[in-house]
Amino acid sequence: MKSAALAIVILLGGLLTYVSLDFPSWGDPAAPASRHVSPRYIEKTLTETSVPNIVTAVLADYRGYDTMFETIVIFAAAVACLILLRVFRRMQARQVMYRHTPSGITLIFAEGAVLPPESNVFERIDLDWVPQSVVIKTACRLIVPFSQIFALYVIAHGHHSPGGGFQGGVILGASVILFALSHTLRNTIARFSEKLAVGLCVLGVFIYAGTGLVCLRPGSNYLDYSALAPLLRLDPVAARSMGILIVEIGVGIAVMAVMIHLYINIASAGRHDEGV
Amino acid sequence: MIWQIEIVILINLVICGAAALMVKDLLAAAILFGAYSFMMCLLWAIMGAVDVAFTEASVGAGISTVLFVAAIFRTSRRTRD
Repeated sequence: MKSAALAIVILLGGLLTYVSLDFPSWGDPAAPASRHVSPRYIEKTLTETSVPNIVTAVLADYRGYDTMFETIVIFAAAVACLILLRVFRRMQARQVMYRHTPSGITLIFAEGAVLPPESNVFERIDLDWVPQSVVIKTACRLIVPFSQIFALYVIAHGHHSPGGGFQGGVILGASVILFALSHTLRNTIARFSEKLAVGLCVLGVFIYAGTGLVCLRPGSNYLDYSALAPLLRLDPVAARSMGILIVEIGVGIAVMAVMIHLYINIASAGRHDEGV
Repeated sequence: MIWQIEIVILINLVICGAAALMVKDLLAAAILFGAYSFMMCLLWAIMGAVDVAFTEASVGAGISTVLFVAAIFRTSRRTRD
């Protein structure tokens, strides 16, 4: 069975490599894509949208409809993860462990036991995850705010330099995940609850689709940001640049929330309780 | 771009990809996959697709490795096949 699978993989891989020889070579000026489409964008982007980074302009403006559905795909991933992994029953996770801080004694509560209220005396600890040492906690606490500021820069500067909503959102999500890794997952959920995560997912998609709807008026298409000009009190060219920024912020919010939501669901096996 | 660097990255890419498939330890496979993503990111940067390289670095080498590790934490670390 295994050798048959290997034979099929090698056959298909060889076929793919053989076919790929027919592609135009990389950066070929005579290739169909670089003859009609690329010159149009390279010549006109700056005058039409006042965005120096052509990639962002194509992504969020000329192909804005595609990017909207990319965001919706990510949103769908979050919903699928919620449906597949989330345990909705109010289930007490096996046993619960507490540490009595003054004496240093660890108490294990059986299923269904009455738990002590959270206080300075009783500290809840995870059953199968030992929190990191002070050095890692402190180092991560220093790194998190800087990476979040960098993420905001990446989102806000997406149309001048490489970056944009997707990358910035992922870095924002990664900073929260770093906090979860260096501290406990319960700490993270207390700061970034499930309601907030799902709400931000929806808000991000809503900002994108809503911007498209606001653009929709007689004489302009869905996601044609130049229609925002009277609203933003800008000329149509600057309005397209501004529309890209608004849309990127929506993407960033949605991607950040989805990444954190996926991580919390996977790390706690859907219980939103204990985890890495 | 210096073609020697490109060759080294391509060889590393193939080694990382093959090793991620071969290795029995799933945690090692996840880390190797992260290394594979990073090599891919370098290749995108060499080809001038900086935006794609950025995405590959943050999503491929960053978040997906973390998600793999979280999933391995919840399942088992060794494969059976």
